[in-house]
Amino acid sequence: MSNALGLAKPRAPRRPAARRSNFELYSWLFMRISGMALVVLVLGHLFIMNVLDGGVHRINFGFVAGRWASPFWQMWDLSMLWLAQIHGGNGLRTVINDYARKDATRFWLKILLYVSMVLIISLGTFVIFTFDPNITD
Amino acid sequence: MTASTAEQTSASGSKGSEPPVPEGAITVTVKIRRFNTEFDDEPRWDSFEIPALPSDRVLNLLHYVKWYLDGTLTFRRSCAHGICGSDAMRINGVNRLACKVLLKDLLSAGGKPTTITIEPIKGLPVHKDLLVDMEPFFEAFRAVQPYLINYSPEPTRERLQSAADRERFDDTTKCILCACCTTSCPVYWSDGSYFGPAAIVNAHRFIFDSRDEGAEERLDILSDKEGVWRCRTTFNCTDACPRGIQVTKAIQEVKRALLFKRV
Ligand code: SF4
Ligand code: SF4
Ligand code: FES
Repeated sequence: MSNALGLAKPRAPRRPAARRSNFELYSWLFMRISGMALVVLVLGHLFIMNVLDGGVHRINFGFVAGRWASPFWQMWDLSMLWLAQIHGGNGLRTVINDYARKDATRFWLKILLYVSMVLIISLGTFVIFTFDPNITD
Repeated sequence: MTASTAEQTSASGSKGSEPPVPEGAITVTVKIRRFNTEFDDEPRWDSFEIPALPSDRVLNLLHYVKWYLDGTLTFRRSCAHGICGSDAMRINGVNRLACKVLLKDLLSAGGKPTTITIEPIKGLPVHKDLLVDMEPFFEAFRAVQPYLINYSPEPTRERLQSAADRERFDDTTKCILCACCTTSCPVYWSDGSYFGPAAIVNAHRFIFDSRDEGAEERLDILSDKEGVWRCRTTFNCTDACPRGIQVTKAIQEVKRALLFKRV
């Protein structure tokens, strides 16, 4: 039935029965809040790394080790990682929803996106928490 | 046939002999995107040279084509006065009602030759030429329950409302369902199941009506995947609305009502 309708009216949307889910509301809200947090986190990060005493030239293994010795900077970098990944990932999810024409394309692009998000988040988190300042090579 | 165009009237759809060119007329080129879905594989562009007065509306140019040059041209129009909302089309790339655009506003500067392009509105299936299938558009409209919902016992007198309460949804009562907004929305172009601005405008009209009790229901519907959260706040819809409705603002008000769970 719905198929026959679809053939006769190519764009007649098969409007799914309302699922009464607020997922899109929370994702919209998350984008606003994480966006504001990222402005502080990322600009602060860029300022410390590139401008503050000596800028990028003073960055070396010791500098990173020193920073990650403090839980504050660990948390800073951790939240920046998670928020940026999820914020960017959710943005890309929206772009895929808007631009992918075929359901299959949409599905695979999203799988690719989610896998890359999970990989980068877990790798980053792993590094931040297991970083060993006394490593010798 | 409406009285205002009577001076050029012949039987609709048949080709008459061209009327005398009025004094002060200029010749403009009208380029129309034609598509006869029954016989053509591809849409094509047809150009017509038309003598017209600066005070003519684009609708007059289309009438001229249909009545004197090519009777097969197909488009909708009814009131010819910006009331019925049936002649939305893409004129020089923007969605407008053909009966509300004056030629003088489209003329090239410095007396250079003028070309006006006219296409069907985008995002709805074309039936023929400028005539599109409006059913998906009205389906979305119906889906938001655009009628008064009230569960309390019927009053014996009219349902009263303060001027301030009436003011809250005044803007969205002006909608004539022309589809200029929805078919200018980039989200709607790529995803036909997005409700689209017009449906949200008409939901807004009832959500913020103090006499209505169906707000929660409609808000639920609009919070879904294809609802208000798909809106990218690009303001295409507001720019397109021939009634000057602040469409994007209405959408934002619905978002706010959802966010704070308060109408
Ligand atoms: S403001 Fe929203 S509804 Fe209006 S055209 Fe843009 S995306 Fe579409
Ligand atoms: S909101 Fe404006 S543009 Fe959209 S359908 Fe209503 S009158 Fe037309
Ligand atoms: S013909 Fe009715 S709005 Fe243009």
